[in-house]
Amino acid sequence: MSIEYLGVKEVTGSLIILQGIKDIAYEEMVDIKLQNGENRVGRVIQLKEDMAVVQVFEGTTGISSTNTRTSFKGRALEIPLSREILGRTLDGLGRPIDGLGDILPDVKWDVNGSPINPIARLYPRNFIQTGISAIDGLTTLIRGQKLPVFSGNGLPHDALAVQIVNQARIMGDEGHNFAVVFGAMGVKNDVADYFRRSFEKSGVLEKVVMFLNLANDPVVERIVTPRCALTAAEYLAFEHNMHVLVILTDMTSYCEALREVSSSKGEIPSRKGFPGYMYSDLASLYERAGMLKDREGSITQIPILTMPNDDITHPIPDLTGYITEGQVVLNRAMYQRGIYPPINILPSLSRLMKDGIGDGYTRSDHPQVANQLFASYAHVQEVKALASVIGEDELTDIDKQYIAFGKVFEEQFVSQAKDENRAIEITLDLGWSILGILPKKELDRIDEETLNKYYKPYKKERE
Amino acid sequence: MEQNGRIIGVNGPVITVEGTGQFEMLEMVLVGHEKLIGEVIGVEDQHAIVQVYESTTGLKVSEPVIATGKPLSLQLGPGIIGGVFDGIQRPLEDIEDQSGPFITRGINITPLDKEKKWQVTVTVKVGDTLKGGDVVATVQETDLVLHKVMLHPDYCGVVEYAAKDGEYTVEEPIVKLRTQSDDLEEVKLYQEWPVRKPRPFKARKRLDQPLITGQRVIDTLFPITKGGTASIPGGFGTGKTMAQHQLAKWSNADIIVYIGCGERGNEIKGVLEDFPELIDPKSGKPLMDRTILIANTSNMPVAAREASIYTGITLAEYYRDMGYHVAIMADSTSRWAEALREISGRLEEMPAEEGFPAYLPSRLSQFYERAGYVENFNDSEGSVSIIGAVSPQGGDFSEPVTQNTKRFIRCFWALDRQLAYARHYPAIHWLNSYSEYMDDLEEWYKSNISEDFLNVRTKIIQLLQEENKLMEIVKLIGSDILPEEQKLILEIAKVIRLGFLQQNAFHDVDTYVPMEKQFHMMKTILYLYERSKDLVDKGIPLSELRKTGIYDELIKMKYTIGNEDMEQFKELYIRIDDFYEKVKDSYKSFERKKS
Repeated sequence: MSIEYLGVKEVTGSLIILQGIKDIAYEEMVDIKLQNGENRVGRVIQLKEDMAVVQVFEGTTGISSTNTRTSFKGRALEIPLSREILGRTLDGLGRPIDGLGDILPDVKWDVNGSPINPIARLYPRNFIQTGISAIDGLTTLIRGQKLPVFSGNGLPHDALAVQIVNQARIMGDEGHNFAVVFGAMGVKNDVADYFRRSFEKSGVLEKVVMFLNLANDPVVERIVTPRCALTAAEYLAFEHNMHVLVILTDMTSYCEALREVSSSKGEIPSRKGFPGYMYSDLASLYERAGMLKDREGSITQIPILTMPNDDITHPIPDLTGYITEGQVVLNRAMYQRGIYPPINILPSLSRLMKDGIGDGYTRSDHPQVANQLFASYAHVQEVKALASVIGEDELTDIDKQYIAFGKVFEEQFVSQAKDENRAIEITLDLGWSILGILPKKELDRIDEETLNKYYKPYKKERE
Repeated sequence: MEQNGRIIGVNGPVITVEGTGQFEMLEMVLVGHEKLIGEVIGVEDQHAIVQVYESTTGLKVSEPVIATGKPLSLQLGPGIIGGVFDGIQRPLEDIEDQSGPFITRGINITPLDKEKKWQVTVTVKVGDTLKGGDVVATVQETDLVLHKVMLHPDYCGVVEYAAKDGEYTVEEPIVKLRTQSDDLEEVKLYQEWPVRKPRPFKARKRLDQPLITGQRVIDTLFPITKGGTASIPGGFGTGKTMAQHQLAKWSNADIIVYIGCGERGNEIKGVLEDFPELIDPKSGKPLMDRTILIANTSNMPVAAREASIYTGITLAEYYRDMGYHVAIMADSTSRWAEALREISGRLEEMPAEEGFPAYLPSRLSQFYERAGYVENFNDSEGSVSIIGAVSPQGGDFSEPVTQNTKRFIRCFWALDRQLAYARHYPAIHWLNSYSEYMDDLEEWYKSNISEDFLNVRTKIIQLLQEENKLMEIVKLIGSDILPEEQKLILEIAKVIRLGFLQQNAFHDVDTYVPMEKQFHMMKTILYLYERSKDLVDKGIPLSELRKTGIYDELIKMKYTIGNEDMEQFKELYIRIDDFYEKVKDSYKSFERKKS
């Protein structure tokens, strides 16, 4: 039924402008047929009288102003979904690229989704054990949470993400209904391959859906990739009651694609050239995590972003931090000291942690231990700053104990092997053992009773 | 309703409509076949610019636009308290009933329940002369709130009919009024009021009553008054939302309006799960019975986010008019400013600083100036206090929203990232924050707490400032070199920081602390300082004093002493005296042995 239009009025960047069109809708999908027979997909992003601005996902290379045919599909971008998508590899627009044929859809869903009504949510409270002490103990991941990893180029965020996927267990739930949705935006080929191999090795591959937009794939396609991934996640979580872990990497590439499109539309930029609506745009992704009160499934998001120049105040990590429920921050200096995972716990935070730990969830002493470790480690930094001026020898005895505490904390608590899976009890006991380096009266965040129950002076473990 | 125009352009939430002359500025319109709610925000030569409060995906050029002839309005009447609304007062529960867990478009819902019957007590009789704002009836809206049905501020006249007490819906007339122009006006339980128009009052009053929050660093160091304005700026993770929740839970306002403006869905859900379970310490009823929630989360349409702030304050003013003290928590005003920026960008307006529109300061001042302690038309007194969170980009307070907000508020609670990293909550930094209300509140503190209060407070602040100066030195050369009396200042400042300023929101006793206990805590700390100083002046090293553990004991007094149990402070005084004598004696004997 659709009318085909011939010719394009203007091509700028990744956008084409069509004129003389009728009866098309905002955000409608467009099929574009090039002179050489190639097919591309686009989306209407602005309407003005008989003109439409169309964003072409595969880029505008080769589009000529005369011999291009466009037709409008009458609906927004949809992806086909069925339970069979588990184990499949798709491109950034949700089309299979693993050579296993098309997906026979049960349903087709609009990738833009709809906002979850806040009152239909279920407040997330279930602790996910990742087996990583720095996360479980201090920035606890909760089912239904969105907890990004703030990393930098060259830091082991990929290894950390893989370790989380491999080890994540929900307490009191043996995880049969568990799936992973992996969305890659502008990721290097070998990184995508690393994830695939790791999933294969740990035997979860048939539980994984991969949406791949690689570094050499069209930039604009990246804007849709996370939306496809999250739509698949919503389908699995809310139609098939699965607990879905969504990994989105790298959000920095996504935001840069957003900037590219914005600038070719001629929009007024805000900070560092990023569009003024980037907060709303990121929120429309991150807020798709969560649980619903009348469904069993859940969506837990772990977006990964590389902070340009390791700068946490850059607009990308900054806006992300305002939307997500905490962040896990990786630190270059720690990595260089040989600590894996190099999680800098001071700026790291899990906002949902307070309601998902302690009595009935992990162990009753957990909140206090975590609080004390944070406070003491913060003090270590002050002491270190002082030591760098006056030298470690000049420190008071108590400050020297803090230095020792900080060292053991980083080397034994934060640091662990890439396949080491520590139960929460082990993590907490380790925390107590390290707090034992400090005298009892320094532990002002823990109440008397708990202190008496668990505190014992530190004994150097046999090496 | 007939069509008044047609869509000729769509750009995000902003649409262009052809057919002027029929559209007024700020008029409410219905857009497209789905009748999406919109508001006219610009009228040009041949076009009107409309912002749409719902997602515009799927709108087509030449779809109809219908003018409603009235501005975007709220319905003010019983049924608001305890409700959860989106940015344009649509109840989220009804939306859920209609569209399931996801919010779809074009839902037609009225803000108030039109079916529900309320038990109404009519307080006027035939023949009474009424003026705008007069109370005509009362409804027990919740256990905590008696709703006073008032005459619309623009109406006046003589009562010609007054219904009997009984059960009525909001649509049934309670009173009929013969106006001066001899019309018969029906008065219902609700009235409509334009969302962007401040509600009038008789006169502003002086702000000299504190809004008690039970948070020590606020009540004692940086207090806010009823009718005052405060701002909480802080980067992410510094505890803005936590602080707002604490204030919403414990402040002594009669009604709380909590605006979740562009924030997280889970946080709103957290409030919804928390508040019905929390019991108001004064009345013993659930806190939800005095709370109105406005939730326009970050993924809901941006135009409704812009409106949510106005919806919140208009609801607050309505309850103020009944004679209540209302406190607004706006979390966060930065998201609202960003919504302004986003729409301004779509309108291709010339940007000022960092892309924000040039009218950002004037919008902020208009908002904050709606706070105040006023005398109403019906001679009651009420107040609206505004506490706005600000989320500065990159945690940098020099950005436009923080800077412009600072010009229009009088109480600044600066959250500090370093404090938050050390898990010192509330992370309100005592050196960067200020309150201009202290002078206004002087009388109140003197007559209600103690004549001595301000002196004690000043001494505490001095000690903290002294500590700050000393820390500069310590950072360079370490604390060992300092003379003993300066070491003592550091030790006492630590007691103030950990024992007084730091407050545990999750601890049953510590989460809310009455003024009297706050005062006694400060006095006790100062008493310990005085006694310790005496010892140090006698030449006893601080390390000897520390060994007794008295400082740690004082840090824990926030947990060990009950909120009502002021007698226990006497015991603490005795312990300090004991400590003093013990150290003095042991040192004397030590001196004797030496000689």
